[in-house]
Amino acid sequence: MRSNTFIFTLLIVASLLIYSGCGTGNGSGALSTANVAEKVYVAPGEQDQYYEFFSGGFSGQVTVHGLPSGRLLKIIPVFSLDAEKGYGFNEETKPLLMTTYGFIPWDDSHHPKLSQTSGVHDGKFLFINGNNTPRVARIDLSTFETTEIIQIPNSAGCHASPYPTENTEYLVAGTRFSVPIPQKDVPINSYKENFKGTFTFISGGQEPGTMDIAFQILAPGYDYDLAHSGKGVSHGWSFFTSYNVEEENTLKEKNSSQYDKDYIAAVNWKKAEEYIAQGKFQEWPSEYYHNYYDDHTHMATATKKKGVKVLIPSECPGLVYYLPTPKSPHGVDVSPTGEFIVGSGKLSADLTVHSFEKMLAAIEAEKFDEVVDGIPVINFDAVVAGTVSSGGLGPLHTEFDGRGHGYTSFFISSEVVKWSLETYEVVDRIPAYYSIGHLSIPGGGSMKPWEDGKYLIAMNKITKDRYLPTGPEMAHSAQLYDISGDKMELLLDFPTMGEPHYAQGIHASAIVDKQVKFFPLEENNHPHKALTEADTKVERKGNEVHIYATMIRSHFAPDNIEGIRVGDKVYWHVTNLEQDWDVPHGLAVMGAENAELLIMPGQTETLVWTPKEPGVYPFYCTDFCSALHQEMQGYVRVSAQNANTKMTWSLGDEVFGE
Amino acid sequence: MRHVPRIIFLAGAVALLGTFLAPIWRITLEAPQYPQGVTMYIWINKLGGDEPGTLQNINILNHYVGMKMIEPESIPELKYFPKIIIGMAVLGVVFGLINNKKLWITWGILLVILGALGIYDFYLWEYDYGHNLSDDAPIKVPGQAYQPPLFGSKMLLNFNAISYPHYGAAFIGIAMIFSFVSFYLKKKEEDK
Repeated sequence: MRSNTFIFTLLIVASLLIYSGCGTGNGSGALSTANVAEKVYVAPGEQDQYYEFFSGGFSGQVTVHGLPSGRLLKIIPVFSLDAEKGYGFNEETKPLLMTTYGFIPWDDSHHPKLSQTSGVHDGKFLFINGNNTPRVARIDLSTFETTEIIQIPNSAGCHASPYPTENTEYLVAGTRFSVPIPQKDVPINSYKENFKGTFTFISGGQEPGTMDIAFQILAPGYDYDLAHSGKGVSHGWSFFTSYNVEEENTLKEKNSSQYDKDYIAAVNWKKAEEYIAQGKFQEWPSEYYHNYYDDHTHMATATKKKGVKVLIPSECPGLVYYLPTPKSPHGVDVSPTGEFIVGSGKLSADLTVHSFEKMLAAIEAEKFDEVVDGIPVINFDAVVAGTVSSGGLGPLHTEFDGRGHGYTSFFISSEVVKWSLETYEVVDRIPAYYSIGHLSIPGGGSMKPWEDGKYLIAMNKITKDRYLPTGPEMAHSAQLYDISGDKMELLLDFPTMGEPHYAQGIHASAIVDKQVKFFPLEENNHPHKALTEADTKVERKGNEVHIYATMIRSHFAPDNIEGIRVGDKVYWHVTNLEQDWDVPHGLAVMGAENAELLIMPGQTETLVWTPKEPGVYPFYCTDFCSALHQEMQGYVRVSAQNANTKMTWSLGDEVFGE
Repeated sequence: MRHVPRIIFLAGAVALLGTFLAPIWRITLEAPQYPQGVTMYIWINKLGGDEPGTLQNINILNHYVGMKMIEPESIPELKYFPKIIIGMAVLGVVFGLINNKKLWITWGILLVILGALGIYDFYLWEYDYGHNLSDDAPIKVPGQAYQPPLFGSKMLLNFNAISYPHYGAAFIGIAMIFSFVSFYLKKKEEDK
């Protein structure tokens, strides 16, 4: 009887505990709601303090949110077609998506990284890698448009990228999927013998239009997962995590998780520059594309390039070292001073903090356990500075504030853990909803976190009940935390597009003044521009018809066109004559098999249309531009292939013809 | 002290050239979707805006109500007003050198008359733009004219039109005042 009472009491206590646990389980106590709301409320007409750039993951794009409100500001098409903007559909942007595999209209965009000057985000450019068909793109932050894409040859799974160096001297790219390099037809189970990885260094990050493959380093066939370039004391080095040091090619979830430690590769790129200068490289005939969009011609050009310089570690002593790091590390993050290199062993509870200073001393003293393919493996104890025993499980990524703390995401235990860079002790922890992947502190990956770290954004992989349900697929959820105090505080949930694999934030003041509001017509160098209505015309060249048209509130010139024939390939070259902010015009043509054009003021874009049947086809402006937007439309007459309808074009009463 | 009135008069005559340095009038259109307003600047010799595309943007707005295009090339005043200003400045310098107070006051009064004529001319242009509207305008509001005010503000459909002189006009004012002051000082000196 007594024991029954005891058990009964225990049950009540337990259920109360569970109940109270549930009460705080959704992460916002009722008492603090008003206080929290004030911290994220951006009043109508007011603007956010930060831009936060999220990768779209499998959407292939970048999305821009404002902080602290979480409001979605823009979706920037990068690696995937975007019918809304005609991106990848119009003739001007198609070349951006050219690769040696052909026109690739999709990719898996992963890590947005802001350009840096002296280790600080300068607000000029955003770079992002495409994982699937290895590429790195530049987004110009004066226009928020993709302006450059370079393909990475000798690569597969461009995941450990782009992670710029301190002054954006280089962007890096490590191979998550090792493959035969150069590619060849071999049995898959010859992995250990034939498969390799590469570390690629891309130059030209500072200067638009000049991105190129500076050099590649051939590496053992591990899976190089993530990277970070050194800064401050470690400037001149880049670090790459690896897993699958087991070099297995099947059932990797088990087979690649067997070793106690994998490696962080430390690459001395200044040494690489010396070897390149000395000519100690192999010249490989690898082919790749460099694609550049010019804001004056309003056109991209795709250039096929051939030849890369490849460095072989065994021929280049001191180029690469391996730092043993427990349990298939995912993120490798460098502290603001550049001294600490934090490896997150994703299958462990602990973080490994390597010391750059100790690494240099160990290299000097040659404290190596072994040498793999010419790469010395530094003794673990000789390089490790400390271990953060987190009490959590599944650490992935770390960012930093300016007050000596690291903040690490823990996927399995679904939390953010704050720890001290001095004592390696955990000082705070807070749940994430649910299963946090990446996290971001504006400036937290640079040498100077903005405002010493005010906000932290969690990017969660599982959404479940956080929003109104939307069928089987739901938006991935981001969470905003206030980290300015001793205790982290959850402020806000907001949905994101695709699957963000990282985000970077920058104070609005670094970007707003650089904004292009429209493109001056006098600077328009598009080969098919029409800068006034008097310049508009229609030209036949065999089966090709070129329409040079203009648009201004609220009409097209010309708006009646006759003489097109079935079988013609019709090029609509349309110039938006507006010279005012936020007055784009669209062009949609009935039956066009691609998309609309959405043309910014001062810009020229081209839509190809191949009418299949005779008839009269309307075209119209898709962007509600003015009070008479609905009237902004026209007609094209399409005649049979053998018809001899005269080519004419007109606007109002004046008719022009060939 | 003997030269002070003459220096003042000459300074005023030369100051007249300052009208080339800044617009003499400004008209701003305000509406909710134009949070910064759209401002047209009227110079002695040209039309301008707060942005390169301003004149085009104003013409786009105006064409809905059938207003004529504002085209600087078709406004002859922008060509001969600068000549008048330069002529007056040269005349002023000559009068200053002649050192005759009657010529100075004549010059000042002439400038006032010319200024008044200029403002009247400006009013006529405003009237013409605001009233001579195309019959086939997309937006026709019976009885509505779109003449902006000379001074002050006025609602024109959804726009509040605000019109005031700008810095350039101050140079003309300075020239006028200086001519009268120099006349007065010289008269006082001669009366002694």
